[in-house]
Amino acid sequence: MAEYKWPPMEKRRVMGKRIARLDGPMKSSGRAKYPSDMNRADLLFGALLTSPHAHAKVKSIDLAAAKAIKGVTAIRIISGPGTEIQWAGTEVCAVSAITEEIARDAVKAIKVDYEVLPHLVKEDNLAKVGARAKAAGEQVTGDPDKAFADAEAKTSGDYGIPVITHCCLEPHGSVVAWGADKIDFWPSTQAVSTVGGDLAKMLELPATQVKVDCQYMGGGFGAKFPADRWGAEAARLSKESGGRPVKMFLDRATELTIAGVRPSHFAKIKVAGKKDGTITGWQSESWATGGIGGGGMAPLPYVFTNIPNRRMNHTQVSLNTGPARAWRAPNHPQASFLTCSAITDFADTIGMDPLEVFLKNVAVSARPETYKKQLAKAAELMDWKKKYTHGSKKTGTLRRGLGIGIATWGGAGHASKCKLTINADGTVEVEIGSQDIGTATRTCITQVAAETLGLPMSAIKVKLGNNSYPPSGPSGGSTTIGGVSSSTRKAAVNALEKLFEKVAPTMGVAADQLEADDSRVVAKGNPSKAMSWKQACQKIGPTPISEMGENEPRVAAREGLNTQGASGIQMAEVEVDIETGVVRIVEVVAVQDCGLVVNPKTAESQVAGALIMSVCSALMEERITDQTTGRVLNADMEFYKLAGLPDVGKLTVHMDITPEHDARGIIGLGEPCAIGGVAAIANAAANALGVRVPMVPLTPERVLAALANRRNA
Amino acid sequence: MDNFEYANPSTVKEALSLLTAGAEVLAGGTDLLSLLKDEVHKPKRLVNIKNIKALGGISKAGNNIRIGATVTLDELASSQLIRAAYPSLVQAALGITSPQIRNMGTVAGDLCQRPRCWYFRSGNGLLNKSLVENGENKYHAIFGTGSAQFVSASSLGPALMALGATVKIAGADGKTKDVPVAQFFKAPSAEGEREIALAANEIVTDILVPAPATKNATYEVRHKQALDWPLATASVALRMSGTKVTSASITLGHVGPTPVRATEAEKMLVGQTITADSAEKAGAAAVAGAKPLSQNAYKVQLAKVAVKRALLTAAGVKAV
Repeated sequence: MAEYKWPPMEKRRVMGKRIARLDGPMKSSGRAKYPSDMNRADLLFGALLTSPHAHAKVKSIDLAAAKAIKGVTAIRIISGPGTEIQWAGTEVCAVSAITEEIARDAVKAIKVDYEVLPHLVKEDNLAKVGARAKAAGEQVTGDPDKAFADAEAKTSGDYGIPVITHCCLEPHGSVVAWGADKIDFWPSTQAVSTVGGDLAKMLELPATQVKVDCQYMGGGFGAKFPADRWGAEAARLSKESGGRPVKMFLDRATELTIAGVRPSHFAKIKVAGKKDGTITGWQSESWATGGIGGGGMAPLPYVFTNIPNRRMNHTQVSLNTGPARAWRAPNHPQASFLTCSAITDFADTIGMDPLEVFLKNVAVSARPETYKKQLAKAAELMDWKKKYTHGSKKTGTLRRGLGIGIATWGGAGHASKCKLTINADGTVEVEIGSQDIGTATRTCITQVAAETLGLPMSAIKVKLGNNSYPPSGPSGGSTTIGGVSSSTRKAAVNALEKLFEKVAPTMGVAADQLEADDSRVVAKGNPSKAMSWKQACQKIGPTPISEMGENEPRVAAREGLNTQGASGIQMAEVEVDIETGVVRIVEVVAVQDCGLVVNPKTAESQVAGALIMSVCSALMEERITDQTTGRVLNADMEFYKLAGLPDVGKLTVHMDITPEHDARGIIGLGEPCAIGGVAAIANAAANALGVRVPMVPLTPERVLAALANRRNA
Repeated sequence: MDNFEYANPSTVKEALSLLTAGAEVLAGGTDLLSLLKDEVHKPKRLVNIKNIKALGGISKAGNNIRIGATVTLDELASSQLIRAAYPSLVQAALGITSPQIRNMGTVAGDLCQRPRCWYFRSGNGLLNKSLVENGENKYHAIFGTGSAQFVSASSLGPALMALGATVKIAGADGKTKDVPVAQFFKAPSAEGEREIALAANEIVTDILVPAPATKNATYEVRHKQALDWPLATASVALRMSGTKVTSASITLGHVGPTPVRATEAEKMLVGQTITADSAEKAGAAAVAGAKPLSQNAYKVQLAKVAVKRALLTAAGVKAV
């Protein structure tokens, strides 16, 4: 049985090192070609006609004028007469044409007659949603009534976090060509190995016929797993246009309207506890929407899951708005914001430093010791003890405050297969049906292979982004790094064993007594007995060594290469101008564990990116719908506000790299670091102002309203 | 967008002859292109005026400083003449925190740009009172006129108005006219009317700013530090005798369909020294007539603070 376990921390030469991402120069110079960059002479352009109504029935569609436009190659009806449209932006027709302009002209020429039906597109006021509310049941643990009756201190607060979108820089879409015996599919995807099967199913074709390639993609955040209706329609348009490739990417407005949202979450939360900060009771009445399907309850209370006495009621609200999709840590940022806000308000009310209250109550979390250490580390980096003062003690026009957010996540590796080939000339190739969604997956796979084979990274060629390679799971749930690192490790170990068998006779050393190190094959414990990598590979002969490695989630934990359970603490310092309500980020600190860290540099980069997303969500991001027209008013990048560099402030990232965490194996990182920031920033603003701003994003109007409410109280 | 003809004249005269029905002027294009893409404007012809040399340059002209219509926002903010005399214009231009837009956008284009009202931009008209009043109006006017509840998007307009600047316009008949900036902006009362006093067959050629004898400043409140539309701005110009104000000019931006002159506040300051107290009172007077909509009462506070801080900045007192 081969030995796969990771080499000890102190012996690693490539893993654990701060390596810049290999494709950085390609991306920053524009040489990296994304699916939306594809351009070829025979390319056709697809465009969608979408519903202007949030709720309507399609009565009739007249294509005659559109068909008469020269240059139109195909028109398809997606939502035919009789279809009930449930959100504005729903795809009604698709057109392909020889230019993008003609495709858009043809879309304009299609006449659709709708029967307009009543719609609801707002849920911030639960009293106004009427029959769209659906109770999702009550959960009770312990005796919350008694806990509240006996409590030394009680608080009650209203909190809300709105629907936001993914706002991917590269919108959803693909280029697709329906050829005689295969479909070539170039999607912007997070799921190279599964999206082809998804398309095949929609087209009722054998999965074998869809060839997928995606070398680079411009952001997904959980919204880019399926082939999508527009992908399937692009394929059909291609078929009807003689197999010419059709490029169909959503325009910005459609991207922000239908390509996925993060559900909102609102809650009235009551906390009961002792004056020493111990929380004894929790009651929440919450509601949420993710579109027509409603919105489930976030995991409340978050992290502090074992508060002894709890009552949770949740209501799902169905809206005529674009549907939810996974958004980097589904439901966790909302849960963290709601929970950490309520706990901070409890701390404020009893006059305790929230840091002390968090430290006291992590006892009811799943990983008390880890959180205690991380809280202490984050507090040290933030200089919390020196800076913190109670919100009631702030003076002046510009007021600073501190806040805490907490995170938990799984992040075990997904199913992944990897093929590693060693050729007689010493070259090494890794093939894996995974994708690099911007997280440096290519770089990390290269590090793992180089580490295992004792070679420099430049000796390894990694091929991914194509479904002809051994399958690997979609990049969702922070499962990629664990999956691909483990399968790559195993493939490399397996291939090395074969190589050792080939060279053992020449070296006069048993195969299991050989190791690869520093571009050599060496006898264990006798470094003078060695062959260079090149010499060793010459023994392979004409047929290359090609071995598979597999990460199987059911047995992965036992093997110890990857596991789950990431924890993180984020702290923010903000400065609020109390005359204008403008909130500015001073600093955000993140302390994050994710087990064995393959590449601290790219890991830190990923956390920094998550902090920027948190700044956006805490201060700016909000989908604004209009109840009269039923439409999204800010489906653009002008009023759908995202942070620019001056808005971000200082970002301090501390990867919690310790022998204890390292021994757990690899854990995913993408999601856990994108959870606590909103809570930290909202709590920092509450501390600066001495009053809770109930809803994020913390816009000037919300901040000023909270201050006015306090004056009036 | 629809197809259009593109014309590239090299003289104002030629440009004017090309501005026939359905034609529009193209300068920096930072607004026009988005209007075309959103199909809010569908011109038959675009007349590019960037190659008309006479429309460029910043120079002294008698008692005025002349700013050419196609001077970019970056040229304006970098000009020594402007920096020495009109910090309010520099501050207003730098409030547009995008080097790309400052490099492309022009001074006259800033005055002529269309409102950003999201109902207007999504094809629901500029004066859709019912949509605005019943809908999402947090970015709308607190000094609406009843029919017009959008806000003027101009960054330079309030500053130029406070400085008493004049817009020089060339018309089809070859004649030119001087229009005070205060009259250049107007609130339309019927759909289809423009919000500036510029006919479709006219071109802004110059902006004339009176010789500096004032302390002036612009203060802008933005949600984001990076590129974002202001929520409220104030531009002030003060004539002083020692530490006393002899006359004040105060204009609010992004709170009404035109820049809004704050005459009560101006009067109040005459004879006063600018202090935190007098500036605060002037701010309160400036917004006394505001009529906020359902979601934008906060802008009253922002406008008030903008006035206070602009006055303090102009007077050289620390504003925050």
